[in-house]
Amino acid sequence: MSDNKPKVAFYWCASCGGCEEAVVDLNEGLLDVAAAVDIVLWPVALDFKYSDVEALRDGDIAVAFVNGAIRTDEQAHIARLLRRKAGLIVAFGSCAHTGGIPGLANLTTKEKIFETSYLKSPTVDNPEKTIPVTKTTVDGVDATLPGFWTQVHTLDQLIDVDYYLPGCPPMPNSIVDAVTAILEGKLPPKGAVIGSKKALCDTCTRTKPVKPTLHERFYLPHEIDVDPEVCFLEQGVICCGPATRGGCGEKCIQGNMPCTGCYGTLDGVTDQGAKLVSAIAAYIDGDSAIEVKKAVATILDPAGTFYRYGVPASQLFKKEAMEVTK
Amino acid sequence: MAEVKLLTFVCNWCSYGGADQAGGLKIEYPSGVRLVKVMCSGRVDPQLILQGFRKGADGVLVLGCHPGDCHYKSGNYSAQKRMLLLEPLLAQFGIESDRFQLNWVSAGEGERFGKVVNEMYNKVAALGPLKLTDSAVKEETA
Repeated sequence: MSDNKPKVAFYWCASCGGCEEAVVDLNEGLLDVAAAVDIVLWPVALDFKYSDVEALRDGDIAVAFVNGAIRTDEQAHIARLLRRKAGLIVAFGSCAHTGGIPGLANLTTKEKIFETSYLKSPTVDNPEKTIPVTKTTVDGVDATLPGFWTQVHTLDQLIDVDYYLPGCPPMPNSIVDAVTAILEGKLPPKGAVIGSKKALCDTCTRTKPVKPTLHERFYLPHEIDVDPEVCFLEQGVICCGPATRGGCGEKCIQGNMPCTGCYGTLDGVTDQGAKLVSAIAAYIDGDSAIEVKKAVATILDPAGTFYRYGVPASQLFKKEAMEVTK
Repeated sequence: MAEVKLLTFVCNWCSYGGADQAGGLKIEYPSGVRLVKVMCSGRVDPQLILQGFRKGADGVLVLGCHPGDCHYKSGNYSAQKRMLLLEPLLAQFGIESDRFQLNWVSAGEGERFGKVVNEMYNKVAALGPLKLTDSAVKEETA
């Protein structure tokens, strides 16, 4: 370990590990990165202890890449620790940026999550109805677990974040761009999202008429034969491209799957779901409320579709604990 | 009943005229009804509605010209599509359906304006203030 190389930390909070995969997807590029920097924390790949990080001087880490949303005491503790020790914090991936898939949990309650996960799931055998608690005593020994919060947060709701690298996961080329910019000191203004300034539709190569085709209903991709040359929305399949930041290389579109919105909103947009509502509504056919409602009913999970990666970053943030009466 | 705020978007060409006539007719409605004049109901971006709820509105009402009467021909149809698509999304976030409505009031319908806002206000007041969780981090150890 050399002292003059910049120190870098990777950490994961509420995430699936896909962002770590994305780092590994750099392939040989990872060796260049590893040669240029000194990794001081990377729980998924290398054996460092939290105490090693605590022993560092404040600001000693050049940059910390934090992926995952924030939901437990442990995640918050380490995120705050890294904020103290690191000069730059990069929110890495959709979960740290806007809440991501774990953020969908804000549409339900902590109690219901515990009930499903620990009591009601068909594969669960839990006759004593044990659910996680922060502290318990087993054979005279105190065992502890990090506290599980009632809501999921984005990283910037907890700590100050310098840059955002969106995507589920971020594309290897975006990661290389970000790392290179940091190593060379060519940094964008603080708070910038590293990605395109244009919507995904802008670079999409599928054909699209000037006037949109209106639909009486929407389809899931498996329900119709999707023409790989034509815009998804033209075919009645919901695609989040109109209101999603580009720069991902349109991997999903090339794989004949619609955009689900992982790169988040464009600059200046306050709410991803609201913008998608505007965009998708333009494709609904019907002048009467009855016709429109029929078309709307074919979108089975509007909040999950329009905020797939962004419930905690939305204006509404979280569902109230009350039951919805329809 | 609790005092609530009802954020009401009125379009320049019909519903604002309706509100104006309601004033001329001395039709009473609660002071919690806050009017925002926009050029067209089709201009009401769903972002404004969510921001309204976030910034303290207990209910949001969007008023436009009757179908077929839009000054811009189709603005109110666009509004209808957006608002009806937004409705189920609000429900998923736990916002009761009575807190949000799109309705039509023409420039000559002062009485109808009074009826629509009073009915909506009473429904929202019956539900009470909207309590949205804010995104501030709350430490919990339970």
